[in-house]
Amino acid sequence: MEDLSEILKNHPFMKDLDENYLMQITGCASNVVYKEDEIIFREGDKAEKFYLIRTGKVALEINGRDKGNLRILTIGPGQILGWSWIVSPFKWHFEAHALEEVRAIALDGECLRNKCEDDPKMGYEMLKRFAHILEQRLQSTRMQLLDVYKRV
Amino acid sequence: MTENKSGFQQVDPMTPEAVKVKKIFWETEDVFTLELAHENDEKREFNYKPGQFNMLYAFGVGEAAISISSDSSKKSSLLHTIHKVGYVTNVLSKLKKGDIIGLRGPFGSAWPLEQNKGKDICIIAGGIGLAPLRPAIYHILKHRKHYGKVVILYGVRTPRDILYPVELELWRKKYDVEIEVTVDRSDSTWRGHVGVVTTLLNYVELNPEKTRAMVCGPEIMMKFAVDELKKTGLDEKGIYVSLERNMKCALGFCGHCQYGPSFVCKDGPVFSFSNVTDIFEIKEL
Repeated sequence: MEDLSEILKNHPFMKDLDENYLMQITGCASNVVYKEDEIIFREGDKAEKFYLIRTGKVALEINGRDKGNLRILTIGPGQILGWSWIVSPFKWHFEAHALEEVRAIALDGECLRNKCEDDPKMGYEMLKRFAHILEQRLQSTRMQLLDVYKRV
Repeated sequence: MTENKSGFQQVDPMTPEAVKVKKIFWETEDVFTLELAHENDEKREFNYKPGQFNMLYAFGVGEAAISISSDSSKKSSLLHTIHKVGYVTNVLSKLKKGDIIGLRGPFGSAWPLEQNKGKDICIIAGGIGLAPLRPAIYHILKHRKHYGKVVILYGVRTPRDILYPVELELWRKKYDVEIEVTVDRSDSTWRGHVGVVTTLLNYVELNPEKTRAMVCGPEIMMKFAVDELKKTGLDEKGIYVSLERNMKCALGFCGHCQYGPSFVCKDGPVFSFSNVTDIFEIKEL
């Protein structure tokens, strides 16, 4: 069976991460599996974890009230699910559910936040990696908002 | 007699030839495909290269530049997939079997398929941009052994706007080709990807040395796609884009489609990105 730290090391988010940081992060990690259509987290719930997706596809949805649930993004293998664990008040802004069986590494947010507080260099490294993800997501969201295929 | 860029003889490139509508069918709510044949001789062949376009003339209304979306090896008829967006395309959308329209062409440059034999191919299409790329896809799939890995990434507005869904499924099943489709927005019934087309690059592995990319869609989408392809290590010289401008004469005479030092109708519509890098960023060019 593949060691957890090996799985983490091979995930694109952890690429070229210092071995020492990887060891510390592994202490906050666990393997998780979600069945098709299983809810991973709900909008408004406490954001206690984030996930490194290994296989499967996750849908992020927002409750559009009278418009029903609106799917805003799907996340798949090699990507990160969730960043609300790092930003106060640590609540999920969206609902996430598995569109197919999902295998992922879950990282305990509080455990990781504490380790980042204790080791600011590691904390900065993690923030840089998350900032990169956030920048990509923001750019993609802007493109979606532009509605470039709109009917004229 | 003149010879156009694809080497095909034309009597007079400014004179439309009468062609007959063999079939018209709707692909989506606002996109339809016209199948055309020669008016008096259905056996006469159409010769063109993937990526080229024709000028379709609705008599008494006007002309529109429309990319060819059919298989260039099947020469007895032509397919044009058209977005109903303006006056001419609105009239074209109302044609019926047996109606006659004018046709000039083919015009313009083609996708660089011959010169990229042996390479991996990454096709990125957005919306109606899949139509000009479809002839290239047909060619690649027909000559599958001549190419390395083939990836098709396609983005549209909603699941209802997906062009050629049956063919996409067929290609996926029948050929060694990776196809990913994403939509910008959907409800919960859609099981596929949601997000802009470039997010699909997260799911495919490209060898930047070996890969050539062909991109077609709204210009802003192409700009975003080129940026993301460059981040994966692809060189601008290996990225090709198909541009759209207000083509009128289609021969580089009138200047309506002038794009910096080039004319989109004559030098394009397919350009190596390295040839248009500097002017791609200029607003309203």
